[in-house]
Amino acid sequence: MKISREDVLRVAELAYLDLSEAELETYRAQIDEILEYIGKLNELDTANVEPMAQVLSDDQTADATLREDLIVPCAVAEDVLKHAPDPEPPYFRVPKVIER
Amino acid sequence: MATNWTIDGVKEALGAKKVSARELAAEFYARIEARNPELNAYLTLSPERARRQTDKIDALVAGGKPLPALAGVPVAIKDVISTRGIKTTCGSKILQNYVPPYDATAVERLEAAGAVILGKTNCDEFAMGSSNENSAYGPVKNPLALDRVPGGSSGGSAAVVAAGLAVASLGTDTGGSIRQPGSFCGVPAMMGSYGRVSRYGLIAFASSLDRIGPFATNVSDVAAILQVIAGRDPQDSTSTTAVVPDYRAELGKPVKGLRLGIPKEYFGEGMDAGVRKKIEAGMEVFKKLGCQLVEIRMPHTDYAIAAYYIIATAEASSNLARYDGVRYGLRVDDDSLLAMYRKTRGAGFGAEVKRRIVLGTYVLSAGYYDAYYLKGQKVRALIAQDFQDAFTKVDAILTPTSPVPPFKLGERTDDPLQMYLADIYTVTGSLAGVPGISVPCGKIDGKLPVGLQIFGAAFGEARVLQLAHAFEGAGGTAV
Repeated sequence: MKISREDVLRVAELAYLDLSEAELETYRAQIDEILEYIGKLNELDTANVEPMAQVLSDDQTADATLREDLIVPCAVAEDVLKHAPDPEPPYFRVPKVIER
Repeated sequence: MATNWTIDGVKEALGAKKVSARELAAEFYARIEARNPELNAYLTLSPERARRQTDKIDALVAGGKPLPALAGVPVAIKDVISTRGIKTTCGSKILQNYVPPYDATAVERLEAAGAVILGKTNCDEFAMGSSNENSAYGPVKNPLALDRVPGGSSGGSAAVVAAGLAVASLGTDTGGSIRQPGSFCGVPAMMGSYGRVSRYGLIAFASSLDRIGPFATNVSDVAAILQVIAGRDPQDSTSTTAVVPDYRAELGKPVKGLRLGIPKEYFGEGMDAGVRKKIEAGMEVFKKLGCQLVEIRMPHTDYAIAAYYIIATAEASSNLARYDGVRYGLRVDDDSLLAMYRKTRGAGFGAEVKRRIVLGTYVLSAGYYDAYYLKGQKVRALIAQDFQDAFTKVDAILTPTSPVPPFKLGERTDDPLQMYLADIYTVTGSLAGVPGISVPCGKIDGKLPVGLQIFGAAFGEARVLQLAHAFEGAGGTAV
């Protein structure tokens, strides 16, 4: 067994995910099987391999010149707040932080 | 029998005033009304926006003005792509009432080219899935076989084109989500290289893998859509500055003498016999076209799924952290902020999304980062190298798109790993960043579509399209 119920609980806490008891056990079993499968990567010797952290190089994505540092109007606040769950313009209202 | 509209057909009909843009959109909305309840391919329709666009196009026609490249062409947009003023759910409950305040660059470009946006298509939740069975809004049915899946995650985008409910559509591909549904629904479907099309406005799943790309009824139309949406966007720093060639001009170039790699690793066990037969018939078509088939080795192929499901889930766990009920989407209230986060996310995300967030968080967590995420990135480099090595020997790589034909609804939903393994031929190209197309390659027993995948070198979309176009012209799609 690669992943325990405690592991899943700890991770769910990190990810702010409420999971039911049933979900906890189902995901634990499924993720365990997946991690078992993923273990096959250990068959490969990657000691001298650079991780591929970027797909494209800088010169494939860099603009020839930098843009001017100009302030442009950005009047999105109204649009954005219009669709918020609990807006109090110009704020998003949220419950207070109780724990920690 | 309804007309099978193509981009050229629309242009010709509008120019000759045989139909107006308004009438054409109305025709498509009538078709959608008739067929969508059964297919569940569209989630949201946008008739007002479509009307504003058709009015513009019809005014240009009336004034004898030149028409833009996609004037009047009815298109559909996958629901993970932002459309200003049109609900965008990502197939999830957590965004059930989210209305973006802006358009994705790809959408903006389509509209600037005259395309008419009919609506938003159904997809697996947050683009996570290979069958469109992970949508919070119900599965999509394959128009060619209603008891079967259309593929995923862009199942809706594939289905609408296959069913004549749009002339073209946009989907997204992270591990195969454009190519595989294209294959399952019998339509050509392409992802350009990573960075070829701007991701601005694409609601992120895995930022180093996500790509936007077209579905259409023929390769020339796929090229036309890609032409419009491709190109540098200052709002996406990962979009490439490489020039966009004239894809349609490149299409007719002869393919005789081109070397096509057949990677041994893609033709082992696990491939359905019916799929194999069609792919072999497809390879014969390329031989007749004068291409040279060369056996090649891509030794890290078998490790691609493992690497993909580490990297993609890790990136997803980070990208989906923003859904917390504060600024948009669903909120499940509580007295405490952190409890609100947990309850909102617990209620709003479906099982596959939760599973991937848990896995992704795990592989990034302290103590496991090196063993999993870093290892995955190293293996990714090896897979990318396999492609680079191959392209020193061949001009393109041929593989099946999927090891199996479209499976039945519910057939793979109990076993996530089984579902993941269906992606074995597509995730390799996703990891390497190369472009790939799935072009139809016959139907098993005349019923179940098979797709042939063509990979090209990075930014070699023109070559991929040339080959697909020649294949189509030589009858390859009906082997």
